[in-house]
Amino acid sequence: MTGGDTAAVVPSSSGRPTHPLVVVVGNPNVGKTTLFNRLTGKNARVGNYAGVTVERRPGRLRLGEGADAVSVELLDLPGCYSLSARSAEEQIAINAVLGFGGNPKPALALVVVDAGQLIRNLYLVLQLVELQVPLVVALNMMDEVDDDPPSPAAIERVLGVPVVPTSARQGVGLTELKQRLLEGLRQPPLGHVRVEYPAPLERDLGQVIVALPAAWRSTPARDRALALWSLTSIDEHDELHDVDPRLRAACLTVHRAADGRDVDDEVITTRYAFLDRQAGTMHTHVDQHLRKRQTSERLDRVLLHPIWGFAVFMAVMLVLFQSLFSWASPAIAVVEDATGWLQQRMAAHLPAGMVSDLLREGVVGGVGNVVVFLPQILLLFFFISILEDSGYMARIAFLMDRIMKALGLHGRAFVPMLSGFACAVPAILATRTMEQQRDRLLTMMVIPLMTCSARLPVYTLIIAALFPPAVGWWPVQGLLMVAMYVFSIVVTLVAAAVLGRTVIQGEHVPLILELPPYRVPDPRSILRMMFGRAGVFLREAGTVILACTVVLWVLLSFPRPPGHSPGESPEAVRQSALAYSWGGRLGRAIEPALKPLGFDWKIGVGIIGAFAAREVFVSTMGLVYGVGEQDDEAVPLRRKIQAERYPDGRPVYTPLVGLSLMVFFALACQCMSTLAVTRRETRSWRWPIFMFTYMMGLAWVASFVVYQGGRLVGL
Amino acid sequence: MTLAHARIGEYLTVEHIGGERSFRRRLMELGLVPGTQVEMVGVAPFGDPIELLVRGCSLSIRRGEALWVSVRRHRDVAASCCEDKALSVAVATPCGSCTSR
Repeated sequence: MTGGDTAAVVPSSSGRPTHPLVVVVGNPNVGKTTLFNRLTGKNARVGNYAGVTVERRPGRLRLGEGADAVSVELLDLPGCYSLSARSAEEQIAINAVLGFGGNPKPALALVVVDAGQLIRNLYLVLQLVELQVPLVVALNMMDEVDDDPPSPAAIERVLGVPVVPTSARQGVGLTELKQRLLEGLRQPPLGHVRVEYPAPLERDLGQVIVALPAAWRSTPARDRALALWSLTSIDEHDELHDVDPRLRAACLTVHRAADGRDVDDEVITTRYAFLDRQAGTMHTHVDQHLRKRQTSERLDRVLLHPIWGFAVFMAVMLVLFQSLFSWASPAIAVVEDATGWLQQRMAAHLPAGMVSDLLREGVVGGVGNVVVFLPQILLLFFFISILEDSGYMARIAFLMDRIMKALGLHGRAFVPMLSGFACAVPAILATRTMEQQRDRLLTMMVIPLMTCSARLPVYTLIIAALFPPAVGWWPVQGLLMVAMYVFSIVVTLVAAAVLGRTVIQGEHVPLILELPPYRVPDPRSILRMMFGRAGVFLREAGTVILACTVVLWVLLSFPRPPGHSPGESPEAVRQSALAYSWGGRLGRAIEPALKPLGFDWKIGVGIIGAFAAREVFVSTMGLVYGVGEQDDEAVPLRRKIQAERYPDGRPVYTPLVGLSLMVFFALACQCMSTLAVTRRETRSWRWPIFMFTYMMGLAWVASFVVYQGGRLVGL
Repeated sequence: MTLAHARIGEYLTVEHIGGERSFRRRLMELGLVPGTQVEMVGVAPFGDPIELLVRGCSLSIRRGEALWVSVRRHRDVAASCCEDKALSVAVATPCGSCTSR
């Protein structure tokens, strides 16, 4: 990390020349992303962090004028309070900053600091300076401390690195920041702080330094800082990647020999003592109490109040939920109508044949299946970015933590779970708001169990066809619908509790939640978040959904029947074509597995068709029974279902079969789009396959119990 | 005593943080090192988690984990504030009770 080779264009491992890399580091809630967006302008896309690797979506930034201009890549890292790490996820920060673990080595770090939380923010800066990372500090949120601003010049004197006062929200200080970054590329600003640690710790450091792997060794100052990092990160139970075994052994030896001393305590306390001593000279206070904070505290007195706070929270959630449910539906209807219109036009104008059918049903239908999610995704991320940026999301986590704790999750899982009632696809995308990989995974795995809106047409059809509106005073149909919701909530809670203790165990992570001051969200950040997420969904999950639609279309359309008698109605033609297709045959093939649940092969075909989306069950059943494509209000389909008989005259559909079928739909993972986004978010096929398997298994067993149990008691 | 036993509105000084290493380290890295002053601000609707004010920043932890943070209670809020003011140049805004004296 020394030397001046950094400003030049350096060839990457692929041989293609790349631009110098600047990583943007900082605590959460310091306006890091706003500053990133301000610097990179419109072209940058939203950064993403999935799993243990930084998914690089760097923005481009031009520094300087004319011939001296340098183009750099800016990489926004996840917010962190410190570089010390326990999990591979926390290790991202140190790896990205030092260029370890296969990451490109950055030329410079841009550290964003909250001027109103100076000491705590400088803790991270101090770590970086100790590690000899060349850096420029953006002393951000200066607009919030105008009553008592810290002095940038004094901070420069203490740490020896350039400090630029900025306000990312108002776009203040950006020109100077760019200038200092450009200077930093030419002459790496390394800082000059040496914190003196207690003598026994300094001796321990010597032991660890000699065990550092050769690839990590460089200047004495950096070796010492890496030894400090190792001592505070490595232990018997850490989940760090690529730690040299000798180094690990050395750290464990030091820990064992510490003899009552606490190494973490010594390191952290010494650093804070150093910063607290300098607080006066930096014109800041150990215990700042700013006007901004006082306003927030006053708001919190209402918003976190046991009664009023809860009432406001319920109102906010109601608006969010209602918007996903009903505000999105006009837009969804437009997408569906447009798809249908396009398909009709194609049918009218293209010559009939297989290619035309493929384009119409497979490609246009598939694109429609993808685009139809956009209204809900955009709306949900509109709300989420407002909740996040305003600071209210942290309050939701605070208010709901007690309840979510019972599920082995924490408060941040609440909004994604609630969104699951509208649609699992945006809900799974929303799990990004959680920090821990384990919590994200667990939430993703149970979200599809919530009663999403696509199940409603199926429930409506079954309930309307097979159950009387009321028995005596009991409104049977309404009660059944409520019962299905309650059932799904109970199953979700149980599944979260069970999965969290078995498959997705992970480390118990204590909740440490910062409640940032309330801030007015920046419209630019909101738009960027909405369209960034929607773009990722279209590009990455969309392609899988499109491919699945085509496959499903092939399955339900081929092979074509050898021919049909001329007098048949078009409905009858499609009915026999479906029965003849691979999908129809598959329905028959799986009939033995469905029989114990009370389903015949025709229902099996409906279930296969429902993989496109659950509500497609209704239209597929319409085709199966030769009444044409139907929606859930379809009276002919209801009659057909009521009249359907086995060869021996028994009705196919009894109320018990209906119940079994609804339970199956409540639990089965019948949504390729959910699987596609799960793959996108987990970056592996392992988790979507697990999701599919466990939900299908659960659905089969539950339906079996309902149907066979019902028969035993004589229903 | 521990943080879990603090009453709302009390000012406390951190003496020691125990518990799991990752929790202890994270809390200290957020500035809750021994000797730091903490205000117990509030409690969530179901009694858990609790809200603290540390170095001018609101932090929330669960009661179960607050049991690991041992603290010393200030005999009296006004006295502690003024005592700190006398000891250090670094007290930001007076807490009100000092100015009134």
